[in-house]
Amino acid sequence: MTEAARRIAAIILRHWYLIRGSWPRYVELAYWPFVHLLMWGFLQNFLMSQESGWARIAGILVGAVFLWEVLFRAQMGFSISFLEEMWSRNLGALMVSPMRNWEMPVALMLMSWIRSVIGLIPAALLASWAFGFSFWDLGFPMIGFFLNLSVFGWSIALLACGVVLRNGLGSESLVWACLFLFLPVSCVYYPVASLPDWLQPVALALPSAHVFEGLRAILLEDRFAAASLWKAALLNGLYLSLGLAAFQYFLRSARRRGMLLQLGE
Amino acid sequence: MKNPSDITPPAPPTPPAPPILNLRNLSKRFGAVTALHPISLSIRKGEIFGLLGSNGAGKTTMIGMILGLITPTTGEIRLLGCDMTKNSRAKALARVNFQSPYVELPKRLTLRENLNVFGKLYGVPNLRDRIGELEEEIGLHHFLDRPFGSLSAGQRSIAGLAKALLNKPEILFLDEPTASLDPDMAARAREILMNYRARENASVFLASHNMREVEEMCSDVLLLHQGEIAARGDPRGLITRAGASSLEELFIQIARDPARLESPPRRQAVR
Repeated sequence: MTEAARRIAAIILRHWYLIRGSWPRYVELAYWPFVHLLMWGFLQNFLMSQESGWARIAGILVGAVFLWEVLFRAQMGFSISFLEEMWSRNLGALMVSPMRNWEMPVALMLMSWIRSVIGLIPAALLASWAFGFSFWDLGFPMIGFFLNLSVFGWSIALLACGVVLRNGLGSESLVWACLFLFLPVSCVYYPVASLPDWLQPVALALPSAHVFEGLRAILLEDRFAAASLWKAALLNGLYLSLGLAAFQYFLRSARRRGMLLQLGE
Repeated sequence: MKNPSDITPPAPPTPPAPPILNLRNLSKRFGAVTALHPISLSIRKGEIFGLLGSNGAGKTTMIGMILGLITPTTGEIRLLGCDMTKNSRAKALARVNFQSPYVELPKRLTLRENLNVFGKLYGVPNLRDRIGELEEEIGLHHFLDRPFGSLSAGQRSIAGLAKALLNKPEILFLDEPTASLDPDMAARAREILMNYRARENASVFLASHNMREVEEMCSDVLLLHQGEIAARGDPRGLITRAGASSLEELFIQIARDPARLESPPRRQAVR
């Protein structure tokens, strides 16, 4: 194991210890995806029982909700792990360890996957058992959707955590709220074409909108829109680079302002 | 008369140990406030250096800058041969450690889990054995497997000391290490530090409000007042020069009457 991998594993171990020893944290991780999917699943069942155009469209609801949860869990999984360091006033100890600046974001990305898996498995089982929707039936595109939404979630988390790092825990609410700014323009439940003309370019500049377009192509048209995945991947390359640059900028700014030793509100 | 060739030449004086920390013109401003005026100093291997000063004097800012937590406004920092203002600082950080009241360990993890995490971060070889050694040396038996958050303030300080000694640092930065300890625990912590320093020939950079502790432990002391050097030297010499009976008396003299500063502010060059 290289030294960098060992340090990344150490950060993951720190967060794994935290989750492992606390059943409320398991419940917290799985609770919202489960409840969210249950509610939208019942709505989908109701709409599909209607003899109208709704029935066809309703078939995408459970898939869309699940993928939105993937994006949400990626962003929150990263952000909560980062906030845990600030809440416990441990960030200073980490920053004077031999850990390199890039190793912590990588560790938090991997940790967000662990959190996502713990949180989403009960929801995936529910979707399959109660609503007859198997995500594995989506095949290879599902992996592409998962990766793209994870990377976009991390990019947003990097920016939000950077702002909290620079401004202190008083700006913590940003972490919880920022993703919802992207919900209307990610076109989770409706196609991009249904947005006003002026808003469509904004949606198409987001990887998430391409992923949800790709999901609808599979579920409604039985077609794999590879271009959607590639566009999302290219945009993600850009946003992840910007997110990492922003995080480093805010970290430098926090060092200039002496914020790493004053991590309270 | 002796033949000059019969005279045994005196043994050359032992060269002083090389400095392992060099600060040159280190200063910090936060906006309009100057937290630390330019300061230069060096610390040699095996030395215990005491940093004194009232609240807000700039002690924590100085340690924060040395360790890379705070970016200096001016100056250079060389720690164990590495330029700490550059990316190479991670190499030096693997060989140092610190304890500060401003930084804690994760509260829900047990002390053993915390030591495991930091041991892996620092690349401590035979980590399990090292934790066992610390358990014996420091006396962690009673709380090694308890969550850090459930420990008393004194136990947390001792736990922080265990974390600081985990990687056998060549230089140890301690910010108020005994502030929350009762006299018995504080004496125990000092004993642990002195034993460690003697065994490993490590240097200690000690910021403290405890004058007796500094007088007892340090060979060199710097007294800061509002970000400037108020006095510098060995504790006995400082006390004698000031006509005081103790460091505490000197500290109070300077805090109440800054005109007693040893040299004019902002023009102090040390070593």
